[in-house]
Amino acid sequence: MTPHILTRSLDRAATAFVLIVAAVGVLIPLSNLLLPQGSMFQVPTYLVALWGKYVCYAILALSIDLIWGYCGILSLGHGAFFALGGYAMGMYLMRQIGSRGVYGNPVLPDFMVFLNWDKLPWYWYGFDKFAFAALMVLLVPGLLAFCFGWLAFRSRVTGVYLSIITQAMTYALLLAFFRNDFGFGGNNGLTDFKDILGFNVQAEGTRAALFLLSCLALIIAFLICRAIVTSKLGKVLIAVRDAESRTRFLGYRVESYKLFVFTLSACMAGVAGALYVPQVGIINPSEFAPGNSIEAVIWVAVGGRGTLVGAALGAVVVNYAKTFFTSGPLAPYWLFMLGALFILVTLLLPKGIVGTFNSWWETTKSRNGSPDADSAAREDGVGAPNPAE
Amino acid sequence: MNVMDTRATSAMLYLDGVHVSFDGFHAINNLSLTLAPGEMRAIIGPNGAGKTTMMDIITGKTKPDEGTVLFDGTVDLTRLDETRIAELGIGRKFQKPTVFESQTVQDNLLLALNVDHSVRGTLFWRGSKAESERIDKVLETIRLTDARNRLAGSLSHGQKQWLEIGMLLAQDPKVLLVDEPVAGMTDVETHLTAELLKEINKNHTIMVVEHDMTFVRELGVKVTCLHEGTVLAEGSIDQVSSNERVVEVYLGR
Repeated sequence: MTPHILTRSLDRAATAFVLIVAAVGVLIPLSNLLLPQGSMFQVPTYLVALWGKYVCYAILALSIDLIWGYCGILSLGHGAFFALGGYAMGMYLMRQIGSRGVYGNPVLPDFMVFLNWDKLPWYWYGFDKFAFAALMVLLVPGLLAFCFGWLAFRSRVTGVYLSIITQAMTYALLLAFFRNDFGFGGNNGLTDFKDILGFNVQAEGTRAALFLLSCLALIIAFLICRAIVTSKLGKVLIAVRDAESRTRFLGYRVESYKLFVFTLSACMAGVAGALYVPQVGIINPSEFAPGNSIEAVIWVAVGGRGTLVGAALGAVVVNYAKTFFTSGPLAPYWLFMLGALFILVTLLLPKGIVGTFNSWWETTKSRNGSPDADSAAREDGVGAPNPAE
Repeated sequence: MNVMDTRATSAMLYLDGVHVSFDGFHAINNLSLTLAPGEMRAIIGPNGAGKTTMMDIITGKTKPDEGTVLFDGTVDLTRLDETRIAELGIGRKFQKPTVFESQTVQDNLLLALNVDHSVRGTLFWRGSKAESERIDKVLETIRLTDARNRLAGSLSHGQKQWLEIGMLLAQDPKVLLVDEPVAGMTDVETHLTAELLKEINKNHTIMVVEHDMTFVRELGVKVTCLHEGTVLAEGSIDQVSSNERVVEVYLGR
């Protein structure tokens, strides 16, 4: 039982993860753009977009793992932050359409013209500027999470009650965004995007760049999470997760810690949503559906809660399976399969793929008895955190 | 901290006329108790006497319905929450050993150190030599130096109890509230724990709740017997255990 082995191997895993994501982020766009169409190694454009979607989901999964895996906050409404980030980007993309819309109005998006609105609602101001929209991508989910968390954590709403109110939050947003008079395109949402920063969103080059950017965002998000969970703050988060009231009696203001990670996590989810929208070409209220948020939690559970790498892996694996099965004759059974997957993982692999691998690795290592283990432990100083069980 | 505080007349902990009821059950009933600076006090009493509830009140977990709870002669504890009270310098060891099981022994102590507990402070925390020396010292005191890199969850029950006492030491509070430190310990461990508490008492005020009479006797300090949420008897262990009412309710004869 020498936890530093685990930490070190995780460190190696973390480096490997960053390198793999970077390689994927560079190689897929390159193969798409440079290799001749029809070549065996050429990645078709539709696959670039599809994998770009997975990468965005991986960022969302990371943000959930940070709060659930390390701090024990089970948010079943994280899809809301993802969707809000998506809407902020969608609003920018809508304003870029300009007079190329069906109704040719230079300022108003088509759906507003259709609703006979004569001027832009105030909350659409500024979204013609990319910098403003990018700021909103972080600010809107972050602010909502901050207010929501401030109220919930201060009143010590925890566990299943918190999960339920996060579900209620995303459901309330779903209903609000469905309304036409809310000003976000009602149930059609925002779509028919043309340009992003002057580049055609449909163009292969833009798609490749968006894919690369998504991978970059995944790496940055991962490094931020990694920095947090390996700091002393990470130890406090794990302490909160494992024994919240004990942590309080040690003199930690638990609600501030929760608020910090919850808000940060919401911002990350917002960035994921903002990168997702130009790649899939649409954002509509169904992204707020409670089921989406629950699905995202399943990704994390499958990949391995409290491992970060596992969360990202889980998002890609489950979504790949989803694409694979929903495009075949098994399509009607996908939800049953997803449910069964969740039950099986909970019963058979409670630590998820990566968590199970880590424990297996740890037992193998300690059985072989690595002689350098103890000496290294001493040099370790005050020690590093071990991942969640 | 100075053991013989200049304000020796003013109590470190002062409880007066405290009442708490849960759904009509009077857990604490007109409880009055004072703890002098530098004192070690043993609290005994049958199950349901209100010992743990009293600790809950002092540490801010439970708010009393009425009564005064003062710390250091000036601070009204009934108005503060757990975090604030812990920051003021009241540390608590729980009845059931509560350590952070998925973290190492030394990380448990690191978390307990009374350094900057703000989000920013911990995010940008860098270990210092003084901190690791303090941890080393605590590890030595609680005899867990060899287990420093083990996960706290893998410790034996007695070791967990010690680790929790060690966390209290790292916290370096003015008052230590220790709830059943020797529950489930072997005789040898019990003896060592008594030694440990006496050692800690040299520069800390301590309140110990314990059922184990041998242990209380070994501590050799003033004893308060609680019954139905109020003080039944107070004095040396011999005085208290020969008190007729105590014998009646507690020793069950």
